[in-house]
Amino acid sequence: MRYLIFMFFFLNVISIHATELEVCESCIYTSIKAAIEDSNNGDTILVKSGIYKEGNIIINKKLTLIGYEWPIVDGENDNEIFTITADSVRMEGFQIQNVGTSYRVDRAGINVVRSKGVVIINNRLINTFFGIYLQKSSHCLIKDNVILGEAIAEISSGNAIHLWYCKNMSIEHNIIKKHRDGIYLEFVDHSDIINNVTEDNVRYGLHFMFSDNDTYVGNTFRNNGAGVAVMFSKNILMKENHFDRNWGTSAYGLLLKEIYDSEIINNRFTTNTTAIYGESATRLKITNNTFEQNGWALRLLGSSMDNTISANNFFNNTFDVATNSSRNYNVYTGNYWSEYAGYDLDKDGIGDVPHRPVKLFSYIVTRSESSIILLRSPFVDLLNFAEKVTPVFTPATLVDDRPLMRPNL
Amino acid sequence: MIKIFKYSFFDLIRSRWSLIYFLFFAVTAGSLLYLSNDVGRAVVSLMNIIIILCPLIATMFGVMYYYNSREFIELLLAQPIRRESILLGQYFGLTISLTLSFVLGLGIPFLFYGILGSIALTNFVVLLLAGSLLTFTFVALAFVIAVKNENKIKGFSLAIFVWLFLAVLYDGLFLLSLFIFEDYPLDKFSLIMTTLNPIDLSRILIMLQLDVSALLGYTGAVFNKFFGTSIGFIVSLSCGLFWVIIPVLSMVRLAKRKDF
Repeated sequence: MRYLIFMFFFLNVISIHATELEVCESCIYTSIKAAIEDSNNGDTILVKSGIYKEGNIIINKKLTLIGYEWPIVDGENDNEIFTITADSVRMEGFQIQNVGTSYRVDRAGINVVRSKGVVIINNRLINTFFGIYLQKSSHCLIKDNVILGEAIAEISSGNAIHLWYCKNMSIEHNIIKKHRDGIYLEFVDHSDIINNVTEDNVRYGLHFMFSDNDTYVGNTFRNNGAGVAVMFSKNILMKENHFDRNWGTSAYGLLLKEIYDSEIINNRFTTNTTAIYGESATRLKITNNTFEQNGWALRLLGSSMDNTISANNFFNNTFDVATNSSRNYNVYTGNYWSEYAGYDLDKDGIGDVPHRPVKLFSYIVTRSESSIILLRSPFVDLLNFAEKVTPVFTPATLVDDRPLMRPNL
Repeated sequence: MIKIFKYSFFDLIRSRWSLIYFLFFAVTAGSLLYLSNDVGRAVVSLMNIIIILCPLIATMFGVMYYYNSREFIELLLAQPIRRESILLGQYFGLTISLTLSFVLGLGIPFLFYGILGSIALTNFVVLLLAGSLLTFTFVALAFVIAVKNENKIKGFSLAIFVWLFLAVLYDGLFLLSLFIFEDYPLDKFSLIMTTLNPIDLSRILIMLQLDVSALLGYTGAVFNKFFGTSIGFIVSLSCGLFWVIIPVLSMVRLAKRKDF
């Protein structure tokens, strides 16, 4: 009993110690730096509205920083702003702006270094070169932030959310615009990327490099150089995302390169130049996706093997499937093709005639890039028709033998 | 010339065929708009129809009209009228009545679907321009063939062959050459090849207006750089005009020397 009372007192002492420090023009502390200096682990620092130009602010204690009525922290185009080196730091409600481009250092609005359990919620980052940068950290939550950049060219811009050697991260409900990559993951495992919107980025909306066992669900990738690039990764689950208007001469919805054992389920691809481009993509399940009005819906090069493409809908794409190989090592079955011209006599919803989704012209184009100039020429229509009747060049086994009569919605 | 133009123009515009041609385009455009309910996409579908049909109809009409009005021409030649004004009058009479049927046939349904306020207006104007240029070119080619060949069968088959060659075979040869010279940079070559064929030229012009151009990749970027700028547009338009002027001039030259 005595121990218990002692414990109770001891805990009380700790919680009494957790004080709240206020920062504003007329408060005891007029700068965030001074408040951090005087604080102890577990304290809360409340920053009231105002403009703070303090250079690089280092948070090396377990603190909660809360911005009240959007205080503005300005880097004057010359500084990294927050550097977090402690575990369990929480940041909320700040407007962080003007980090400034650097060609030497990767400066960021919020830089998290070797920390666990950091929570960054509901901040606005404007023109911050790199927005939120996490390195060698784990179990962090990045949620509800708005990150607006001013990227024009690839070399002079940074990534909005940049993760390097991290584990078990959650990135949710952020809005990201105009950076180099919207979200960049390098050596990041077991992480979730959920319901983010990334738009107008110069390079990729979401970029995976050497990252395994990750999930991204419900994100929207609009108008990026490429919506998502997944490279040298395995066990990635991609679900219910929307890839929209990633349109341009070298734009892709989803760019896959050296990726294994992953699933692409229930996504929507609308008006992308190339919806899915796969190079050495192996053992993927591409199921229940909808491809609408893309230039190329699926472009799997010959190095892609053992993939299953089933129950997808292909509506009005210029080319449904393109490949550069005359052999086929992937399985296409039970998809809906809006170009399918067969019939269904037994009324079981499955066409009685197999469908060949590769047109001769799409095969020609992947062989010789410049022949695309003959797109929509009457001659090409003639060629496609002839090839459809008696396939010679296109892979003979690339057939959907159970094409659906009605879209699978 | 004006008098002959007026005569053949009004003669043609009253004929059944002009009406049929007009109705054909009106019905096609109308039903396409009704089915797709989207002005932009209807323009794409119409492009395919226009680049095949406009030249075909123009060639057929041209050859037929010349052979039919052969006696009328001979009658006129007996009068103190210059040869070129007879032929040019007839040429313009035919082309302008065809173009009118085409423009009105497409224009009226699109007007009803509110093309004027739509962002697809420039695409549509380019479509009309391309179709009209094709009509002018192919009527002139047909006249050249008809003037040169007394034999109607020969003239007809030659005209059909010219159409077939430019509409279909040319692209086949083009594709073949792209494959043979695969290892060389081909964008300049393809640029020249497209300007040498009026049908390809108008196809590319329309495609670059539509945002399908992004599909064209690197080659498309080269083309866009050329055709997309105002200078490129003027250059390609003048290429199109050359395709009208040269056949018309050679038609006049042939007519002058011809022993009727």
